[in-house]
Amino acid sequence: MSTQEQYLITEEPFYKEVSNEVVLYKAAYQRRLPVMLKGPTGCGKTRFVEYMAWKLQKPLITVACNEDMTASDLVGRFLLDKDGTRWQDGPLTVATRLGAICYLDEVVEARQDTTVVIHPLTDHRRVLPLDKKGELVQAHPDFQLVISYNPGYQSLMKDIKQSTKQRFTALDFNYPDEATETNIVAKESELDIEQSAKLVQIAHRARNLKGHGLDEGISTRLLVYAGQLIQAGIEPIEAGKMALVRPLTDDPDIRATLNNAVEMIFG
Amino acid sequence: MNAEIQAYRDGLHCSVQNIDDIFEECVCEAKMVMSLDGIKIWLKGANRICGLGRGTDLVLIFLEGMPEVVKLTDESIIVDVVDIAETLSSQLLGPAIKPFLSTLPSVARRLGNTQLLREWLKLVSQMADEAKEGLIALLNKVIYLLNQLSIGGLKNWIEYGIRVYRNQPHRFDDFFSLQTADAHAMLQRERHGTLYIDYERQLKLYLRAFWEVTIDFRPYSLAFDTLRKPTPHLDKLGIHLPDVYDDLDGIKGIDRYRAMIAHTVAHKLWSKPYLADNFSTFQHLTVETFEDARIEALAISRYPGLRKLWLSLHPLPKEGGCPEGYSCIRHKLAMLSRALLEPAHPYTDPVLLDFVKRFHKRIVDEPYNTNISTELGVAYLAKINEHDFRKPKVWFEDTQVSYRDDNRYLWLFLEDTDDEDDFHSDHGATNHAADDQQEDILPPQHYPEWDYQTQNYRPDWATVYEGIQSPGDPNHIDKLLEKHQLLAKRLKKIVDLLKPQQRKRVRYQEEGDELDLDVVIRAMTDFYAGTIPDTHIHQSYVRDGRNIAVLLLLDLSESINETPEGSDISILQLSQEAVSLLAWAVEALGDSFAIAGFASNTRHEVRYTHFKGFQEPWGELPKSRLAAMQAGYSTRMGAALRHAGRYLEPRREEKKLMLVLSDGEPSDIDVLDDARYLRDDTHEAVDELESKGITTYCITLDPNADEYVADVFGANHYTVIDKLERLPEKLPQLFMALTR
Repeated sequence: MSTQEQYLITEEPFYKEVSNEVVLYKAAYQRRLPVMLKGPTGCGKTRFVEYMAWKLQKPLITVACNEDMTASDLVGRFLLDKDGTRWQDGPLTVATRLGAICYLDEVVEARQDTTVVIHPLTDHRRVLPLDKKGELVQAHPDFQLVISYNPGYQSLMKDIKQSTKQRFTALDFNYPDEATETNIVAKESELDIEQSAKLVQIAHRARNLKGHGLDEGISTRLLVYAGQLIQAGIEPIEAGKMALVRPLTDDPDIRATLNNAVEMIFG
Repeated sequence: MNAEIQAYRDGLHCSVQNIDDIFEECVCEAKMVMSLDGIKIWLKGANRICGLGRGTDLVLIFLEGMPEVVKLTDESIIVDVVDIAETLSSQLLGPAIKPFLSTLPSVARRLGNTQLLREWLKLVSQMADEAKEGLIALLNKVIYLLNQLSIGGLKNWIEYGIRVYRNQPHRFDDFFSLQTADAHAMLQRERHGTLYIDYERQLKLYLRAFWEVTIDFRPYSLAFDTLRKPTPHLDKLGIHLPDVYDDLDGIKGIDRYRAMIAHTVAHKLWSKPYLADNFSTFQHLTVETFEDARIEALAISRYPGLRKLWLSLHPLPKEGGCPEGYSCIRHKLAMLSRALLEPAHPYTDPVLLDFVKRFHKRIVDEPYNTNISTELGVAYLAKINEHDFRKPKVWFEDTQVSYRDDNRYLWLFLEDTDDEDDFHSDHGATNHAADDQQEDILPPQHYPEWDYQTQNYRPDWATVYEGIQSPGDPNHIDKLLEKHQLLAKRLKKIVDLLKPQQRKRVRYQEEGDELDLDVVIRAMTDFYAGTIPDTHIHQSYVRDGRNIAVLLLLDLSESINETPEGSDISILQLSQEAVSLLAWAVEALGDSFAIAGFASNTRHEVRYTHFKGFQEPWGELPKSRLAAMQAGYSTRMGAALRHAGRYLEPRREEKKLMLVLSDGEPSDIDVLDDARYLRDDTHEAVDELESKGITTYCITLDPNADEYVADVFGANHYTVIDKLERLPEKLPQLFMALTR
């Protein structure tokens, strides 16, 4: 398998278009504009990128960002082997050479000085300087950079610099409307529509509490988990508590309220 | 009077006139519940009561009341009761005997067995010993108290009162007659059932999550209105709900709250007020029944579980359960209401069944049409109306639905009423919410205080008033800083060393950001030389920032006005110098920093003064406030710590530090005789802060502090500064050592 092939997505990922994001993304890709996906946890940002990569038939390289990530984790570093030092490309460099879509997931998690390395790739230059190696990598014509970013929960310390933000076009993501989300849950978990609608109801109860003790509401992803548990033969109330309430919070009051929601809705 | 009774009467050596009127009846009653010996003891007891000479009616009360008490307990209680009466008499508490004896049957009825009644007798004698001033008040309130408290709760409540007001016996009466705020607060705590106050947040979350509305909750107490118990209701002010719910029929109090709120909010969402004057009184009732059912059906379609919850709280009246001679309208409507709520209801009345069917059909077609209720209500009344409805006696059994509000929200009256007691809906009334109080006045804050004797908090015990120090002359502080120029220079060096270096290199890493060339070359050399190379050849960078919020809390009690021996400046000025240097150093380090001071004059007045807020930079204004610093009164430290914690807790910094600069142990003039009390309370406050992620550190100037400071602040959380003159130097150094 060639390098390119291993990053290709072979099967169509399930994605339900919510508004016109597919068209917008396609247009951005055509001009190779960098795209920023904004939205809460588990609302389908990653799935959307996978879907678009599949649709465009381009390789996709995903990097989950975290606080300990440094510029060398993105760009690459010298390693030692028996002949001395050897340069190892990082995921960003691989994507640049290969012409892949490089997806930096949860980019706020990475430190601000790390994110600066993507700057030369995101403007008209489209180059990636490997200063340690003394090489200037010209981006492959197919290369595109996508980042995701959750504006909901970031602390004061974690925000994207203006200079980074202003290099991207942005798409807003949110939890889909009730009917769409019900369909998504039903499709993904193979649960019937009626039960799926109830799960979505519970999620809406939790989303009402955002900012009142909850940083984020119940995500679509958790709903799918709950649906899968029910499908596996678990009692809906138990499944709801396991997949929707317990992962979300340790605040006893909120737990009690959400447990009650599960009971009242499946009651 | 027959011979037997005459014999008993002769045994009673008491020449009270009215005895003869009731004696025969009493003996008959006594014979039913007592043995012969018991009757003898009872009469002997009556003789002793009579012998007290405390009024004639005591004997009557005793004779009349005891048989019932014995019925609920046993004969052995008689002697104990008489003993207590004698004790009261001997302790000059004669007036208390009457309420004691007359409440005894009711008390016995509430407690229900001998053992518990003995507990009560013990409490009475304890009161007589320790708080006689409050005994009569207590006896007058005991029925009310026992309605809400178990005997154990009552005991705690009484003991609390005795302990707290021991030094102010004239206030016992206020406490035990429930006239003080803390008497009520303590009562709340000992109460059984689900207290609103404990679940307030959960209920608000419930409202927000389930119903997406914001309505204020207005708890009311069931304790005061005995004639007309308030019921839950909805008006412009919000939802009025009881402050406590006991469990009912296996439904937990919290679920009763939820059931109540769900119903009331459903009205708010889906009901529209009807013009009350267009309907007769009975029509009001029938319309309300249908409207309740309609909005409940809407709510159930959202949350199917509500049906089960509501059904378990809804009465199930028996068909035909309303006897002749009563007005059965409530009974009939309760059945209708049940049938509308429960698909599997047991009723067979054809009219009822017909209307249930019509109702369900209509709400499927147009669930949001509020006219369904009026049309069906008027039609239903026309079908079932009977003359008996006008009877004065209304059959109430099994007709009250505890979770429903009184529906005043449903009615719009054209005329406003003048009579305050006669409530109307307030749809036409002026908006009360508008005339809220002014906003920029800081309200006093109440904090609990830890009582080591009960191992519990005294609720809302200390009152904190906060304010901002009015400014003085900032030059004063600048002069002080000039005086310490040399010291400032030395501090600056330390500050520079401590200053966060944004990136710090970490070497000798097995994995890292980049190769550390020196080590690589060494490793390669080793490698070619045939020895095992060092694999720690990477280096990386870590961020090395300070992320700390500091609040400096100054003890501003009278004692810091003193000038220590061998010094020519007061502790106050030394503190000013030290604080200014510290503020300067912290500012240079870039940490968030606030300064406040406190002093107290009994628990009713703890003053908390702001000198510098977290947001303010260290400049003219904070300096001028610091210059105007004044001292006076005492050191109630716990309340001040709790209040300061309120400011420090929401800070987002990783580490939160509260530095307390004090010159003595916690004390206040209202607790002078119990040094341990405030000490333990302060310790408790420190623990509370710790659990909120706030570290407390005490810098004390009291040379004798070793005796207590470790107990209060913990073994490693204090420093005693012996040489006061060195405070300006020590304080910043200490801070930097702490946060290094």
